Amino acid sequence: MARIPIEFTLNGQEMAEFVDGGATLLKVLREKAGDMSAKGGCHQGTCGACSVLIDGQLRLSCLTLAGTCDGARIETTAGLAQGGVLHPLQQAFTEAFASQCGFCTPGMIMVAKALLDQNPRPSREEVIEAISGNICRCTGYEPIIVAILAAARANSINAA
Amino acid sequence: MPLSLQTCSSTGEALAALAGGAGRHYLGGGTLLVRRANEGDIGISTFVRATDPSLSAIEVGKGEVRLGAGVTMAEVARHPALGFLAPAARAVGGPAIRNMATLGGNLHAPAPYGDFAVALLALDAVLTVEASEGRRSVPVEAYLQAPGGIVTAAQFRLPVDGHFRFLKASRVKPKGLSVVTIAAIIAEKGGLVASARIALGCMAPLPMRARTAEAALVGRPLTAEGIAPALVAVLEGTDPITDAIASAWYRREVLPVHLGRLLLGPVKGG
Repeated sequence: MARIPIEFTLNGQEMAEFVDGGATLLKVLREKAGDMSAKGGCHQGTCGACSVLIDGQLRLSCLTLAGTCDGARIETTAGLAQGGVLHPLQQAFTEAFASQCGFCTPGMIMVAKALLDQNPRPSREEVIEAISGNICRCTGYEPIIVAILAAARANSINAA
Repeated sequence: MPLSLQTCSSTGEALAALAGGAGRHYLGGGTLLVRRANEGDIGISTFVRATDPSLSAIEVGKGEVRLGAGVTMAEVARHPALGFLAPAARAVGGPAIRNMATLGGNLHAPAPYGDFAVALLALDAVLTVEASEGRRSVPVEAYLQAPGGIVTAAQFRLPVDGHFRFLKASRVKPKGLSVVTIAAIIAEKGGLVASARIALGCMAPLPMRARTAEAALVGRPLTAEGIAPALVAVLEGTDPITDAIASAWYRREVLPVHLGRLLLGPVKGG
């Protein structure tokens, strides 16, 4: 079966790959592009560990066929730190102990980034709604909620 | 053998591609079909998708709404003229799923999924379906019983403000699978119910209308006493699923409770 040529940007870097029609974006990111930040948890759309941004929109990379991503702008947690400086969300997750085993963290951070990009000062309820598609089995969620709210506060302080 | 992906510019082209052999499936947002492939469903050989922009169109005007089958739940939820439908669209999945899951796909989502299809059933939506014999208009109820072809759009009358009601009972908030989902359009006149359409999710393998309950409501007031016959009648014809979320027995026990709350509580649909 013919492989599909796709071009996309991954965290600002131009990429070109030949992909199988059935290859998910998650598989291409991890096995071809070398970006291991998105995780394959359930492959069912239940856990959110594979969350990425495609053209600024939150998507599950395990349910997105790479062949549909030609021309797309893809962002993952691996692209957030700039020049060795952590993104405010990464910093806040570190400080709030919002990451324990770490498996859900890249998905949680991309979900939080999608939220803060749209809504820089979310309420606690909006944060809970935003992470509702992501499962964490370690933290009990509270530190994650605290971290996202802290990152939002840090952003607004920096912007002021 | 690796799976293949065929991208078509029109639904007509996609129909021809689907007819080209076994194992070809139409791809919407991927939340059902790619999941099946990930789970190892060997009945899938080819994903066929259509990129026709009309599939993503939302048209609201003159009391009518037309939603392309490729419109996502997130697009419905944030559309300013579709506020009444936002609770139904937000009932589906989490934020990432809602950015992907489409109206067309929700019609094919088996219980306990398919909350949006329940809303479309209460709205008495008419689907535009492209099939080999041509383009047809099919009521959503008939389509759910006998799906086929490619759904390109759903059309329905914009309900009067406050007539549309929606409730999804789930054990986990804000995102949980449905114990029971109820959508209804209730019109009142002079303090009595003038007309009622009630659709149920998870009370049968497919979303179903509760016609006996609808009939039992007409001419009655929306009071505890007025709705009592409808709460008994709503169980008629139900054949709920049993799954990890709830048993069929439990679903039947709680359906009248939730219908009562939906009918007596404040209208959240707007």
